[in-house]
Amino acid sequence: MKQYLLSIYQPDGDPPAPEVLEPIMRDISAVDQAMRDAGAWVFTGGLHAPDTATVLRAADGDVLVTDGPYAEGKEHVGGFWIIRAADLDEALAWARRATVACTLPVEVRPMVDMAEG
Amino acid sequence: MAVLARVFGDIDIAEDAVQDAFAEAARRWPRSGQPPSPAGWIITTARNRAIDRLRREAARTGKHAQAALLHADEQPGEEAGPVDDDRLRLMFTCCHPALGRAAQVALTLRLLGGLTTAEIAHAFLVPEPTMAQRLVRAKAKIRDAGIPYRVPAEADLPGRLTGVLAVVYLIFNEGYTASSGDQLARADLCTEAIRLGRLLARLMPDEPEVTGLLALMLLTESRRTARTGPDGALVLLAGQDRTRWDRSLIAEGQSLVRQCLRRGRPGPYQIQAAISAVHSDAPVAAATGWDQILTLYDQLLAVAPSPVAALNRAVAVAEVDGPAAALALVDGLPAASLDRYYLFHAIRADLLRRLGRRAEADAAYRAALARSGNAAERAHLALAK
Repeated sequence: MKQYLLSIYQPDGDPPAPEVLEPIMRDISAVDQAMRDAGAWVFTGGLHAPDTATVLRAADGDVLVTDGPYAEGKEHVGGFWIIRAADLDEALAWARRATVACTLPVEVRPMVDMAEG
Repeated sequence: MAVLARVFGDIDIAEDAVQDAFAEAARRWPRSGQPPSPAGWIITTARNRAIDRLRREAARTGKHAQAALLHADEQPGEEAGPVDDDRLRLMFTCCHPALGRAAQVALTLRLLGGLTTAEIAHAFLVPEPTMAQRLVRAKAKIRDAGIPYRVPAEADLPGRLTGVLAVVYLIFNEGYTASSGDQLARADLCTEAIRLGRLLARLMPDEPEVTGLLALMLLTESRRTARTGPDGALVLLAGQDRTRWDRSLIAEGQSLVRQCLRRGRPGPYQIQAAISAVHSDAPVAAATGWDQILTLYDQLLAVAPSPVAALNRAVAVAEVDGPAAALALVDGLPAASLDRYYLFHAIRADLLRRLGRRAEADAAYRAALARSGNAAERAHLALAK
């Protein structure tokens, strides 16, 4: 079994109005539950807005701390799943349901299997 | 290649193993003679060589080698096994929708066709290191992202098969665009595409679109020599010397068209093949069954509407209702999406000439020529984007 990171890319700015967001969140929960029922679910998380981020970087024996996200863009990762799947086709099938539910692009990245090195 | 890719679950290992086995064959066969089953010998030798090599690597460091060895142990070791099934699996892997079109084409030619990286690079007019890099990246994605070696399940098959057929047809068209580049390298692409088409037709006899694509390629290929004049200029269908058409390719193509249409599941490749078959029936251009062709284009636009199909339909309209009606249709097409397509200008030029609008016709001919000169380069750009 491989693991895949499914990242939800969401546009910067205010979230949609509650009446828009509410059915979307319900659909996302349904996908999340289906993943758990199928034994594919490993972890999931939603993230606060990128301006809540802090970046640290080691430089010259010191650590520099800056306010804000590492990459400034028009979109940011708003949430993610880590799932377990036999192969990419299985992962893509979950991602397909995920993108339909959240109405946003979903990126599928294979995770390095630490056991395989 | 396909068998070993399945056995080891890794294309690089399979490629190395096959090279080892051929090197061994080159050393051994001249002395000991060719074995009774050369293909089986190559597969067995390649498999053994790969296992030896992986054992050496596994002993030293490679976890990856260990994984591939484990994978090989799990696979049944039938040497003369169902090679065809493995090829079909590999075909779906190479044309997986998670890979870009350019990568799909390169992988298919490299792993299922008989072309070297240098030959593929040459045919697509890209530097060899670029093509090598494209292949390395695609193979790494197959491995790291876990793209499976599997024929898709029934539910996904139609969509996935469309992708495979599109790759084969793109290879064919790239080869058939005889306007520039090395003619020989490009003819190779047509040969490869037809070979892949035959392979697919044998492996998936119940898919009429597969048969339709093969028929379409054979019928198109039958006119290859007739479509360029002595000066190398493009000769449109109406002006071609039909005695130079390849009769055996036409006979095979027409028989395949009848065979697939009988199934009553028409699709874009079958309809295009049927149109081509009607052209092939006419001993001279004037005897062409244009009414029948127009009906077929109406069907094509119903199942797969596209500006190019609408343009081709206009050619049939010119024959049935006259060039004025056709020109009105052509000029109503979305010029933005067709402007870079040399046939759009060539067809306009022909219609204008037939209407006696000489000056406009000349301008359109010039536009067509300007665009056909680097058609291969543009096709490559479309591929690479």
